[in-house]
Amino acid sequence: MSAVTDAVPTVAPGGFLGQSVRDSLVVAKRNLIRMSRIPEMVIFGLIQPIMFVVLFSYVFGGSMNIGGSTESSTYREFLMAGIFAQTVTFATAGAGAGIADDMHKGLIDRFRSLPMARGAVLTGRTLADLVQTALTLLVLAVVALLVGWRTHTSVGEVLGAFGLLLLAGYAFTWIGALIGLSVRTPEAATSGGLIWLFPVTFVSNAFVDSSRMTPWLQHVADWNPFSATVQACRELFGNPGVSPSDAWPMQHPVWASLIYSVLIIVIFRTLAVRKYRSATA
Amino acid sequence: MPGAIYAEGLVKTFGDVRALDGVDLDVPEGTVLGLLGPNGAGKTTAVRCLTTLLRPDRGKAIVAGVDVLKHPNEVRRSIGLSGQFAAVDEYLTGRENLHMVGQLYQMRAKQAKVRAVELLEQFNLTDAADRPAKTYSGGMRRRLDLAAALVVSPPVMFMDEPTTGLDPRNRQQLWEVIKQLVSGGTTLLLTTQYLEEADHLAHDICVIDHGKVIARGTSDQLKARTGGERVEVVVHEREHIETASEVLRGFGKGETTVEQHTRKLTVPVTGGAKLLAEVIRELDTRGIEIDDIGLRRPTLDDVFLSLTGHHAEAEDEANGVVEDAKGPKRKKEDTK
Repeated sequence: MSAVTDAVPTVAPGGFLGQSVRDSLVVAKRNLIRMSRIPEMVIFGLIQPIMFVVLFSYVFGGSMNIGGSTESSTYREFLMAGIFAQTVTFATAGAGAGIADDMHKGLIDRFRSLPMARGAVLTGRTLADLVQTALTLLVLAVVALLVGWRTHTSVGEVLGAFGLLLLAGYAFTWIGALIGLSVRTPEAATSGGLIWLFPVTFVSNAFVDSSRMTPWLQHVADWNPFSATVQACRELFGNPGVSPSDAWPMQHPVWASLIYSVLIIVIFRTLAVRKYRSATA
Repeated sequence: MPGAIYAEGLVKTFGDVRALDGVDLDVPEGTVLGLLGPNGAGKTTAVRCLTTLLRPDRGKAIVAGVDVLKHPNEVRRSIGLSGQFAAVDEYLTGRENLHMVGQLYQMRAKQAKVRAVELLEQFNLTDAADRPAKTYSGGMRRRLDLAAALVVSPPVMFMDEPTTGLDPRNRQQLWEVIKQLVSGGTTLLLTTQYLEEADHLAHDICVIDHGKVIARGTSDQLKARTGGERVEVVVHEREHIETASEVLRGFGKGETTVEQHTRKLTVPVTGGAKLLAEVIRELDTRGIEIDDIGLRRPTLDDVFLSLTGHHAEAEDEANGVVEDAKGPKRKKEDTK
């Protein structure tokens, strides 16, 4: 029997971690090639946040009170951190739909029958989504500058804010990965990946001053991980923000955003990889 | 020493359904086992357990000398999987698909590239190598899928219904590929609903139904178990059925069955061609005009029918395919 196994031409991978990284990159490349061949997906992903910028700033802009100012230009600066954060979280749906589609088409079975790192299929997918999110943010930032959004801090702080946004977006794609592995069809993954994001992004400080919410709702908004990222970005961009409440995440939004993102990655990556190992189409 | 694929007492339940109910398999190195059974018999579950995709509730499995439950990743290095649930990425080109699979089999990028070119050549896909797989025909996709399973020339292959949904020409082509593969020493476990396919490709056949192995042996052994040959006559005139039936009763070794609407009579016999000639002479003497007459040997479908009490493809009725005694010999496409 040993003669049989010796015939398999394999290279010794550079240890467990080396193999994980390598396999993840192979899968990420595959997903990026896919995305480049379905440009309409990327384009739709861009249209939606741009639409939100225009709708919110022009429809709601005049009737908002941000820190005592009712100027629509003040609201526009206030709004952008919220739109950026909402955009990165919406990558959840793409990751979920992509993985559900792979399940549906039997690709997950193929991957699972290969001697590859267990988490690599999911890591590869989330990394590809991260690249797409970065592109979307770039385009969105240009649109934001066009409608009058400005930052008032150092380049380092602005880049730091985008770093936090990317990390939060990456964390959310792991939630999407778990959803994608848990539903039966890509369609279900898309709606299942989006539906809970509406309360998460709206019961927050993203679009309105959360201090004007009913107390219990304000409490939820203050501790919402999403709010922490928004608040951190406002701080780092130097954009007008709501008077922060006493809640710890609002007092230390940068740390809170970091901790939340890392926690989400650790929890949902563990759950998703476990689910992947027993996945059946 | 156990064979290249060995399973003992595999049990897998899904809720109340016992998909596998104590399956034993032993496939010697370099041979082909045809796992035969209707939809839902447990064929796919068996393949999934043996290819590390599913953990059996009970039992033992050894593939290429490695315990599947203890060292699944080692098993994955030695197997190739193709068929109804293995797949290719339709947005990637044929070349990109093979390159990716090669790298995930832990080949070096360059080595994987060279291997992709070889396989594209071998599977007649060189012209389509740089087109996305979604532009491929069904047959081309299956070939690409099979090529992906062969990237590392694994010593053990699993094919789950490899030709389901293919047209006759593509099926023939794939059969040729599979035969070549086996002549090179690969051990193969093949599941199929097509008895003709098992007859054609497999050294040994294992019939399963409701998660249990109900018969095993070579195609000839199974046929012999079902009993001997039969004479089948189709008379020209309906009025002649009665007389012809009398004639056949004289030669037959059992009950004559008559299908009125097709004017077909069947009777079990022993005596082969010589007896057939006698039957023809006798019918001629009595002035019975016949449309068709022949000696029919049992097909695997007859084997299946006698073992399980239903035709191998009976379940397909639910998909709108009408069951027919000769059904498996006809191509039933698009049932998937």
